[in-house]
Amino acid sequence: MSPPVITHVEQTPAVTSLRSKDLLGIADMAPDEISLILDTAEAMKEIGSRPIKKVPALRGKTVVNLFYEPSTRTRTSFEIAEKRLSADTLSIAIASSSVVKGETLADTALNLEAMQPDMIVLRHPSSGACHLLSRICRSAIINAGDGMHEHPTQALLDAFTIRERKKRLAGLKVAIVGDLLHSRVLRSNIHLLTKMGAEVWVCGPPTLIPTDVTRFGVRATSHVDEAVADADVIMLLRIQLERMEGAFFPSLREYFNIFGMTEARLRGAKPDVMIMHPGPMNRGVEIASEVADGPYSVILDQVANGVAVRMAVLYLLAGGVEHETAA
Amino acid sequence: MKRLLKGGRVVDPANGIDGVHDVLLDDDRIAGIGRDLPVDGAAVVEIPQGFVVCPGFIDMHVHLREPGQEHKETVASGAAAAVAGGFTAVACMPNTTPVNDDANVTAYILARAAEAGLARVYPIGAVSRGSKGELLADIAELKQAGCVAITDDGRPVATALLLRRAMEYAGMFGIPVIEHCEDPSLKGEGVAHEGYHAAVLGLRGMPGACEALGVERGILLSELTGSHFHVAHMSARASLRAVRKGREAGVRVTCEVTPHHFTLTDESLASPIPYDTNVKMNPPLREAADRDAMLAGIADGSVDAIASDHAPHHYDEKKVEFDRAPFGIVGLETAVSLSLDRLVHAGIIRLPRLVELLSVNPARILGVAGGSLSVGAPADLTILAPDLHVRIDASRLRSRSKNTPFDGWQLRGGVAATIVGGRPVFINPDAGLSV
Amino acid sequence: MPVVMDADRIARTLTRIAHEIVERNRGVEALALVGVRTRGVHLARRLQRSLREITGHDVPTGALDITLYRDDLMRNAVGPQPLVRKTEIPFSIDDRTILLVDDVLYTGRTTRAALDALIDFGRPRGIQLIVLVDRGHRELPIKADYVGKNLPTAPEESVQVCLEESDSRDEVVLQQGGAA
Repeated sequence: MSPPVITHVEQTPAVTSLRSKDLLGIADMAPDEISLILDTAEAMKEIGSRPIKKVPALRGKTVVNLFYEPSTRTRTSFEIAEKRLSADTLSIAIASSSVVKGETLADTALNLEAMQPDMIVLRHPSSGACHLLSRICRSAIINAGDGMHEHPTQALLDAFTIRERKKRLAGLKVAIVGDLLHSRVLRSNIHLLTKMGAEVWVCGPPTLIPTDVTRFGVRATSHVDEAVADADVIMLLRIQLERMEGAFFPSLREYFNIFGMTEARLRGAKPDVMIMHPGPMNRGVEIASEVADGPYSVILDQVANGVAVRMAVLYLLAGGVEHETAA
Repeated sequence: MKRLLKGGRVVDPANGIDGVHDVLLDDDRIAGIGRDLPVDGAAVVEIPQGFVVCPGFIDMHVHLREPGQEHKETVASGAAAAVAGGFTAVACMPNTTPVNDDANVTAYILARAAEAGLARVYPIGAVSRGSKGELLADIAELKQAGCVAITDDGRPVATALLLRRAMEYAGMFGIPVIEHCEDPSLKGEGVAHEGYHAAVLGLRGMPGACEALGVERGILLSELTGSHFHVAHMSARASLRAVRKGREAGVRVTCEVTPHHFTLTDESLASPIPYDTNVKMNPPLREAADRDAMLAGIADGSVDAIASDHAPHHYDEKKVEFDRAPFGIVGLETAVSLSLDRLVHAGIIRLPRLVELLSVNPARILGVAGGSLSVGAPADLTILAPDLHVRIDASRLRSRSKNTPFDGWQLRGGVAATIVGGRPVFINPDAGLSV
Repeated sequence: MPVVMDADRIARTLTRIAHEIVERNRGVEALALVGVRTRGVHLARRLQRSLREITGHDVPTGALDITLYRDDLMRNAVGPQPLVRKTEIPFSIDDRTILLVDDVLYTGRTTRAALDALIDFGRPRGIQLIVLVDRGHRELPIKADYVGKNLPTAPEESVQVCLEESDSRDEVVLQQGGAA
């Protein structure tokens, strides 16, 4: 029996570090930085398959996960990523009641900063909260989702998942369906996919498509079949049940009838189409169960890749040596 | 006491004057304008060449925050900021705590202004009690106490019916109803102009139509009642379009634009400082087409006045997430330099038109003295140094609050001195004018 | 720049080492090769080929990236991170004798990092170190089991190993100045 062949191809990267001290959003990143994160994530992914899932890279570094919105999935993913890199991690979940009564975000952050964390991972309901923190804190700030603005690590893990299967991003047709107006995942994905040369289609009812969306370099349509035709990837975004109150659409049933991803709707896409969803899913609203659990779905891969991508981000932002030395 | 302002370029469009003249002040009145007036015992002030002498500027939209919000500003600090900005008078908005909906609050404001002895202060009273939009405030009492107009500024008058009644009632006294034009349901939870930049940043938007709807409502009611309707802080091109049409139809509608709305656009949301809360105000900074429409309206006479909407907020209140920050920026001390630099030097308008926008028209709209240098008029003058190099420094503003997006801006043109009732209440040490 | 080893010399050296491996371990069934990225991997593959020629047996071969175990990581607040490449060890290292392969042995810190990494993968029966060049100046108590060439150097000199797989030629060069 011949042993498996080593497959990883050596490539010299164009850039070896990120330009900013923080990860606030994809909008300000260059394609070479995105590639660096994805390449590093590939190396990080392998660590999860070892018997000892730990490397000492961030040993002695303190990372605080400051979550102003409840989130099991993202927070767990960050925590595991941090622990795998041997960092000391602390998660703080702030209930919305204490926000109304208590300290401002700025004061909370400054108090934390006095204890010298190396990095703060922030999830917050206000767009721009991470920018505010970045201006007042010296710690590196990682955006885990701010209001309706961006969720950069989600877009990065989505891109990683696509690249893993399709070996590239450029030239793929990616259709994104759902509540585009309120979605930070959408914005981050649009920035990333267009920067990396994919053809992006956004689809939803006109009430949920942001103003001037074509200025983002995407095609917009309210016809699902147009978006799905020959798509390589279909991303479904969560519909928040509260949107009915804002008169964005009349009912979930109607939404599902017009925009829900069913097996029948899928047929227009490429035969090896990937179905993606950032989670948590509303089965029977944006996605039919048979699609969510079907052969095209990579939703669980996305979750697995989230840890690797977040490890890459943490590693790249944690600071390093002046230049490469071999010893 | 007599004072002779000698040799400046006098711009007094109300009297058709634009040229080098002397101006003689006698105590608190204008005594005469002419060439080579005899000194005759007057204190002589040599006006340097190029400086401009005009009737005192009046900022008809200012928030002085007293009573109740003195951490942001007081009547005294606001009056000091006003004269430093070249304004001899301001009209102050009623959204204080308590709201200026009765004579006691009006009297309090006037007393503080008299104590300060700087800019004149003309209070504007509330349309409705507590500005709650339910019952009319005691408008006659407010007028008698010294209010020059009524508004529920901060928000639109709650219903068309109430606005109609307010206009009919105010019409008795000949005072205008000033309206913050907005449709609350379209505004929703908006914090920025609905457009590309808000979309990129994930900020909820309010479209220009939201303001224009309020403007159209007011114009129709003005037509119905025959009363004077004034559009506060106009920002959208659709609003200007409505004003023009209304005027063509003979409706008594006037409007004002702030310096930030003719200078900045919603690009400022993203740059230089993304999510800068000093760029958050209502109405918001809109897209370039709206800003350019405001400039066109200023040039062609459709816009009647420039008013700052000076809205001081304490540093702590603005150092929060964009969503949570209060709307508004200070403007008294940046308005004139922005106007000189972006309107006059940019070739959009000339000085006489600027004086109309900052003095003649505000006086006429509010029905107060001023706006001209006629003999017998109050000796309220603004002396401009149109080529003075000005660098805006937020830390040195006289206002208690420093919430301005113009910190660090270099502008051409500034105030040399401000004279109220014959007394020089502000002299700019950098302008080189000795009084 | 003096060429210390040419292509021919490198090839003969590797063959010699392969024979030494067989002799010292009395057969190759319980062995595995792990090359330290980058050039150690190329050398490991070459040794794998030699061992196959000599014994007819395929020794499992893997690639180890030691970046995340370096002791000089994160010491500066700013600056680029060394690039992390993928580790591929697609076999169990438990109870095997691991032949750790690197191009140059210098301070010994790379080897220490590699040992830390290997321990996280399992519990080998033993680890033996193979280097193409030993240039001295150890800072840690590390010794190579198989040495291609002992090359005394001055600290300001550097040893540059070029291999066809990555540098389009085989040679070892001694440079004045520079890293490694």
